Amino acid sequence: MKSLLAVLTVLAAIIAFWYAACVPMNIKGVLDQAERAGAVVTPAAAKERRYMSEIGLVAKNTFAIGETWVQERPRLPAPHQVAVELWQTTVEKKVTSKRSLIYHAQVTLSATLLGFAIGTGLGILLAVGIVHSRVMDMSVMPWAIVSQTIPIIALAPMIIVVLYSIGVQGIIPKAVISAYLSFFPVVVGMVKGLRAPDAMQLDLLKTYNANTNQGFWKLRLPSSMPYLFASLKIGIAASLVGAIVGELPTGAVAGLGARLLAGSYYGQTVQIWSALFAAAILAALLVALLGLIERLVLKRMGVSA
Amino acid sequence: MNMETTTQAIRPEAAASDPASVETVIEARNLDLTFQTNDGPVHALKDISLEINRGDFVSFIGPSGCGKTTFLRCIAALETPTGGSLSVNGMTPDEARRNRAYGYVFQAAGLYPWRSIAKNIKLPLEIMGYSRAEQEKRVNQVLELVELSGFGGKFPWQLSGGMQQRASIARALAFDADILLMDEPFGALDEIVRDHLNEQLLKLWARTNKTIGFVTHSIPEAVYLSTKIVVMSPRPGRIHDVIDSTLPKERPLDIRDSPEFIEIAHRVREGLRAGHGDD
Ligand SMILES: Nc1ncnc2c1ncn2[C@@H]1O[C@H](COP(=O)(O)OP(=O)(O)O)[C@@H](O)[C@H]1O
Ligand SMILES: [Mg+2]
Repeated sequence: MKSLLAVLTVLAAIIAFWYAACVPMNIKGVLDQAERAGAVVTPAAAKERRYMSEIGLVAKNTFAIGETWVQERPRLPAPHQVAVELWQTTVEKKVTSKRSLIYHAQVTLSATLLGFAIGTGLGILLAVGIVHSRVMDMSVMPWAIVSQTIPIIALAPMIIVVLYSIGVQGIIPKAVISAYLSFFPVVVGMVKGLRAPDAMQLDLLKTYNANTNQGFWKLRLPSSMPYLFASLKIGIAASLVGAIVGELPTGAVAGLGARLLAGSYYGQTVQIWSALFAAAILAALLVALLGLIERLVLKRMGVSA
Repeated sequence: MNMETTTQAIRPEAAASDPASVETVIEARNLDLTFQTNDGPVHALKDISLEINRGDFVSFIGPSGCGKTTFLRCIAALETPTGGSLSVNGMTPDEARRNRAYGYVFQAAGLYPWRSIAKNIKLPLEIMGYSRAEQEKRVNQVLELVELSGFGGKFPWQLSGGMQQRASIARALAFDADILLMDEPFGALDEIVRDHLNEQLLKLWARTNKTIGFVTHSIPEAVYLSTKIVVMSPRPGRIHDVIDSTLPKERPLDIRDSPEFIEIAHRVREGLRAGHGDD
C-alpha cells in the first residue's frame, strides 16, 4: 500500500512537471497563433518575441497558459493529448487500419521477435563456444565488444543497403539489426552463467568421470539460467530499438519507426510522442512477459525459494 | 557387484583380523607434491608413505595447511603428485577415477539447488548410465541408508545443513565405488548433529564394507571413527604418526569415556603437539 502511494506520487510529480514544461515550450507558438487571430499579446511584434526568454513571455501573457496544453501541433504535447491520441489510435481504430497503432506495433513486434530469436540463438551458441574453447574466447569476444561500439544509427542504413542489393528486404533487414543489438547481452550473460559453477562443482563431476557434454547439460546450462534471463530482458529491449531503427532509413510505411518518421515529416508531435509511448509500453510488456517466463522456469527448476 | 549384496552384507569379522585376507587398496610411496604459486613453490606433501587396506576406516588429522585435502585429492586424481608413486586399486589414481573407484564427499554438500534430493542422488547414476529402474532402486536404498527416506522429493533448501550433508553422502554411495573419500564432511555442523552423523557413518561403514578416507580437525571424531589414524604436520605436509586403533568394531557413543579411547586420543594429541613444535 505504502509503495503504491510512493509510485503514484512519483508518477504525479512527473506528469505535473510535464504539464509545467509544456507552458514555456509552447508559449511562442501559442502567442504567434493568438496574434494572427487578433488577440493582444505582449510584446506585440513577433520579431521582438523571438529574442525574449520563454519564461518572460509566460509572465507577460498569463492568459495564454491554458492554450499551451491544447495546441494542434505543439512543440511539446501535453500528457492528455498523447493519451487521447493513444486511445484513438488503438482502441477506436480497427486493428487492420493503417492508422491503428496496434497495427504498426505488430509490424515492429514481428521484426523484434524474429531478431530477438536470431540474436538469442546466436548469443547462446557463441557463449557455448567461448566457454569451451580458449581460441574462441580470445578471438570472438573482442569482436563482439567492438561490434557494439559502432553506433547502430550509422550501421543500420548500410545493413539495409547491403541486404537490399542481394535482394533481401521486408522484415529480414530489420530483424538482422535487432539481432545485432540483442546478441551481445546474451553472449555476455551466458558466458558468465556457463562459468558460474565453482571449482568444487566441476571437481565433483570429474570424480564421476563425466564428459564435457554431461557437464554442459547437467551443470553449466542449469547454472546459467538466472544469468540468461537477466540478459534476455536487456536483449528484448535492444531488439525493439533495433527494429525501430531499422524502419527509419528505408522510409518504411508501416511500423512504429514509420510512425515516428511520418510524424516528424509533418510536424505531428502528438503522433511522434504516442508512437514513442507505444514503443515504451511494448518494451515493458515484453520484459514483463520474460519476467513471467523466468519465474515459471526457475520455479519448475525448484530454484525459487 | 550390485547394491543388494553390498548394502546387506555384514562385514565378516574374520576378514579384518585374518592377515591372509588383507588387501591393500591405496598405497602411497614417498609421495611428494609441490604447488607452483605466484609466491613461489609450496611444498604441500613431503615423502608420504602409507598403505590403506580394504575395509579400513582411515582418518587424516592435523592442523590446517598440513596437506590433508591435498592428499585426498591426489588419491582422487584431482591433483597430480610431483614425486613418488601412488596406486589405487592397483591402478594409477587417474585410471581408478575413470573406473569410478571412489565416491568423494566435499566439505560443502554442493547439492544442485535445481534438483530435488532424489534427483541429486541420481546425478552420478545418470552420468554413469544406469537404467531408470536401477536409478530409482538405488536412490531409495541410499536414502534409507542415510536415514532420509521420504525426503527424496524435497529440494536442498528445504533441508537442514546436516540433512544436506547426509544427502551428499548418499550421492557418493549411490554407485558401486568401494572407496569413500570424505573431506571434513561434518566440519560445518554443530557438535550434536555431528555426533549423530558419526554414529550413522559407522553403521553405514559396517553395512557397506567400504574403505573410507576421512579428513577431520577433531580428535574425538578421528578416534571414534577410525581403524587407523594418520597424524600429519605442516610445512611441508608429512605424516607424523600412524596409529592403529585398538577399539572394537562395535562402538557406542559412550565408548568415548573408556580409558582405551582416552589413551588413543592422548596419543593423537601428543602427535599433533609434537608436529606443531617442529616449526
Ligand atoms: N591448488 C593449490 N595451489 C597452491 N597451493 C595450494 C593448492 N591447494 C593447496 N595448497 C597449499 O597446500 C598446502 C596444503 O593445503 P591443504 O591440503 O588444503 O591443507 P589441509 O586440507 O590440511 O588444511 C597449503 O599450504 C595450501 O595453501
Ligand atoms: Mg582441507
